[in-house]
Amino acid sequence: MQDVEHVARLARLELSPEEGERMREQLDRILGYIDKLRQLDTAGVEPTSHAVPMVNVFRDDEPRPCLSPEEMLANAPDRSGEFFRVPRIIED
Amino acid sequence: MRSAAKDYETVIGLEVHAQLLTRSKMFCGCPTTFGAAPNSQTCPICQGMPGTLPVINRRAIEFGVRTALAFHCTINPGCRFARKHYYYPDMPKNFQISQYEEPLAEHGWLEVTVDGQERRVGIQRLHLEEDVGKLIHDGPLETARSSLVDFNRSGVPLMETVSEPDIRSPEEAAAYLRAFRAILLYLGVCDGNMEERSLRCDANISLRERGETGFGTKVEIKNMNSFRNVQRALEFEVGRQTEALARGERLVQETRLWDADRGYTRSMRSKEFAHDYRYFPEPDLVPLTMDRARVEEIRAGLPELPADRRQRFMRAYTLPAYDALLLTQSRALADYYEAAVREFARPKIVSNWIMSELLREIPADDEKALAASPVPAKNLAGLLQLIDRGTISGKIAKDVFEKMFRSGEDADTIVTREGLIQVADTGALAAIIEQILAANPKAVLDWKRGKKAAAGALVGHVMKATQGKANPGVVNSLLQEKLSQL
Repeated sequence: MQDVEHVARLARLELSPEEGERMREQLDRILGYIDKLRQLDTAGVEPTSHAVPMVNVFRDDEPRPCLSPEEMLANAPDRSGEFFRVPRIIED
Repeated sequence: MRSAAKDYETVIGLEVHAQLLTRSKMFCGCPTTFGAAPNSQTCPICQGMPGTLPVINRRAIEFGVRTALAFHCTINPGCRFARKHYYYPDMPKNFQISQYEEPLAEHGWLEVTVDGQERRVGIQRLHLEEDVGKLIHDGPLETARSSLVDFNRSGVPLMETVSEPDIRSPEEAAAYLRAFRAILLYLGVCDGNMEERSLRCDANISLRERGETGFGTKVEIKNMNSFRNVQRALEFEVGRQTEALARGERLVQETRLWDADRGYTRSMRSKEFAHDYRYFPEPDLVPLTMDRARVEEIRAGLPELPADRRQRFMRAYTLPAYDALLLTQSRALADYYEAAVREFARPKIVSNWIMSELLREIPADDEKALAASPVPAKNLAGLLQLIDRGTISGKIAKDVFEKMFRSGEDADTIVTREGLIQVADTGALAAIIEQILAANPKAVLDWKRGKKAAAGALVGHVMKATQGKANPGVVNSLLQEKLSQL
């Protein structure tokens, strides 16, 4: 349960006791599955972080058109002029 | 308190973030122009919208390699990007693309000069990442109801360089930053502007008993927006920690903010909640492998760096170490110096004029202002030629320089228009000298009684009578001649 609370806090999620309990059960099942995977002998196997065996994909440093501020702000829950407005930030 | 200070050694490490001078952002094509209208330089990629894919800006990687080579780092044969997770409104994706376990480069060093002593400060690592948006608070942070967000900066390429904890004083920290900035400017990878936040510095500082090899409890300091403030904040912190230790207190590991107006650091009170960034390799970006041949090409293309240029200035122009260090601290200043010396080949005189006159008007590290100086190198050389030829005196030349600086005109124009040409005509000067001798019998008497310094006062009178236009050399010899005839 401590893990659930920690992860929820990092993700800025507020969970009710029932939700927390449901998450705990799900997380347990996921971790159980990971434990199963851990039993495999992976010594000498490079960790895979990409499904495609590619390296060095670049773009040239050329500016391209942006979206307009109006388009960018279209989905903003709150705005002030051309700025996004967010609730005041409280440091933990 | 003072005696306690002697028992501790200061240990400082610096983290510098530099915005790279690319035209477009790190992972998308949005422009990086500073000062554009809010949220006018964003797109779905730098806003982290679902379904978008970042692609690495080639030039950003090349700038990183350039800088790493200039810092004598080892370029890692492979590197990759990682996601650093945290939740803050300056970053809509909720993760920042950075580098973690496999940075671009490691294990370099930077040469730092303090009080004429050179020291190497180690560089632990250099990596690339993306910048985040800018928050503007609605009034003071404590009382603001809301904050405004501008995402123009989010996704701009940042290069983070972490020093080893090798720095031993606040002064050395400032010297490190000056040397660091100069190299970035020589390389042309960053504009080095601390006010516009294209160069930022955080510091870690701890104290330990002298002779100790382990480290004390470290404090991170943020929010210092100039070299001067980095030094002040660190000086404050040395004092605070020394006093706390002298009182037998235990220091806590924490982040503190520098308040430049009040001149102190204050705790951010957020450290119990240890950061947990949950890094993992960025699945949307493929790994990078460094092509050795390309790295060597970049190395071969590095410009002459400040330390080399300083050595060359001492050798080629036989300048004192002090002059060479000062003149090479920015590329624009060193270029200015060399351009002036090409036109007027007396290196030490040019150096003196730059140090005393030009740098009174323009800070030595202000590249833009130096490059746009109202007195370009050629005009300074022109002024020095007028002195050299005896057309004007050195004293008058200082006034002319100031007028040149205000008006942007060259020396000839000002000297001719204002009739400042030096009087070296012996006949005209002899007449003036006779008047002065007649009007100052006491000085003449003093001189005759062996007080040779009295001649100086008489020269002064002549200069005054000619409004500084008399050639001092001619005045002197004429005066000596007249006096000895009396």
